[in-house]
Amino acid sequence: MNWNGIQAIWRFEMARFFRSIIQSIVSPVLSTSLYFVVFGAAIGSRIQEVEGVSYGAFIVPGLIMLSVLTQSLQNASFGIYFPKFIGTIYEVLSAPISSLEIVIGYVGAAACKSLMIGAIILITSFFFVDISIAHPFWMVAFLVLTCVSFSLLGFIIGIWAKSFEQLNLVPLLVVTPLVFLGGSFYSITMLPPIWQTISLFNPVLYLVSGFRWAFFGMSDVPVAASLVAITGFTALCLGIVWWIFKTGYRLKA
Amino acid sequence: MPSIVSVKNVRKSYDDGFEALKGVSLDIEEGEILALLGPNGAGKTTLISTICGITTPTSGSISVGGFDVSADYRAARNLIGLVPQEINLEPFEFVMNTVRFSRGLFGKARNDALIEDVLRDLSLYEKRNNRTVELSGGMKRRVLIAKALSHEPRVLFLDEPTAGVDVELRKDMWELVERLRQDGVTVILTTHYIEEAEAIADRIGVINNGEILLVEDKTALMARMGQKEMRIELTEAATKLPESLSDYNLVLSDDGASLVYSYDTKAQRTGITSLLKDLQAAGLGLRDVQTSQSSLEDIFVGLVKESS
Repeated sequence: MNWNGIQAIWRFEMARFFRSIIQSIVSPVLSTSLYFVVFGAAIGSRIQEVEGVSYGAFIVPGLIMLSVLTQSLQNASFGIYFPKFIGTIYEVLSAPISSLEIVIGYVGAAACKSLMIGAIILITSFFFVDISIAHPFWMVAFLVLTCVSFSLLGFIIGIWAKSFEQLNLVPLLVVTPLVFLGGSFYSITMLPPIWQTISLFNPVLYLVSGFRWAFFGMSDVPVAASLVAITGFTALCLGIVWWIFKTGYRLKA
Repeated sequence: MPSIVSVKNVRKSYDDGFEALKGVSLDIEEGEILALLGPNGAGKTTLISTICGITTPTSGSISVGGFDVSADYRAARNLIGLVPQEINLEPFEFVMNTVRFSRGLFGKARNDALIEDVLRDLSLYEKRNNRTVELSGGMKRRVLIAKALSHEPRVLFLDEPTAGVDVELRKDMWELVERLRQDGVTVILTTHYIEEAEAIADRIGVINNGEILLVEDKTALMARMGQKEMRIELTEAATKLPESLSDYNLVLSDDGASLVYSYDTKAQRTGITSLLKDLQAAGLGLRDVQTSQSSLEDIFVGLVKESS
């Protein structure tokens, strides 16, 4: 293993994060606080408890997921797209470093960044609502798996994208709607039956549900289903990444 | 000498049918400076990219230091440093960090002392804490070289290192290549400038339309360049060359109005004095005499024209 190489990529990517530290940290803290003010305090005060959990606390897992998914996609896709765009990718391609090591470096850094943002949002939420975490181990496990799998997806998008527009297209048109419709801010039991059934086809529902179970011990779908979904999704992304490097798709001529 | 880079019958064709390399074979000896000359689009960059692993060849094999660049890519790439033609640099990164990054990427442990030496050699030391975006074009190119040298390569590829750089940097670059040669580093550079190839290369390769037209020792090429021609215009057209002049390397033009004499300027005697005497003896009157020298440029242009 070329550990120095992995470390070099990881550090380089993390440096990008810390160069814009204000934006990296202040932005999620601010937007989370706004969500708490609007959803938690203003609207939440008119909403009954959801299955015994106050609405303000109920939305915490969804809020964390919303940010973590978006940040993972953004960081990972930009991390690999930018070197392609400015041409510095030549160095990575000509270095004695394997595809696996490249992925560990880029995806690992992106996942670390979103993990940090997730932690910051969780800490912020302690200032607004009372929350206790029922299954801390599973909470961390779901969070890490989500960071990794969506950073992998972001990496794939970054390699696929040929322009900045395409880079933003998937997160904007696909992921944001899925997150909002995936029960981030409500339990799907609040929906009419037909929409409950449709929601079951939304992969993000399984993430949010499993993550919320780790907090409050309640979920929209069985926890096992959530675990299978996220593991399956990670495996799918790994498969696509493997294919990309095998064929050199949009990386090598 | 053993060849450190061995390219065997490498072809590269793209999906649209364009064939960038048409069966290129090339052996590069350890420690030599090879200049690859060729017009734009000749395949110089494709060849380098294929050796360095950025482009996958359609067929053929390449080894560096005896290691196959595909099967044994780690060992092969460890030996290679690449300075690309385009100035590709992360704009907001500091010079020191970006060079450090390159060393790490190639699996080498951090060694700031070595990197500082490389920066000093390239007159970049003062700029080590600048962001790359703040540097001039020439300085950026030096950063690219520093990155390529940061992991102590044994083979250095310089793709058009002096395209669009000022005289001072070009001179620095030539000195750098000389220093690398003394350290035993093999240098392959592509260039448009024939004087550059003349000034620093041991061997010169000419490539056009994806084919290597010639790889020759520079001195052998220079010897060919030493050939001069003297065109002698006669006052009266001759029908055939007089018998007494048959010992000279003379060619009579088709219309008989002029003679072309080829000679070697580096030989002890050019034979011009005796030729002129013998011409007079043969009764031929001279209207005018012109001499011209064939240059590497002529050879190059001739080869490229022939192959196009």
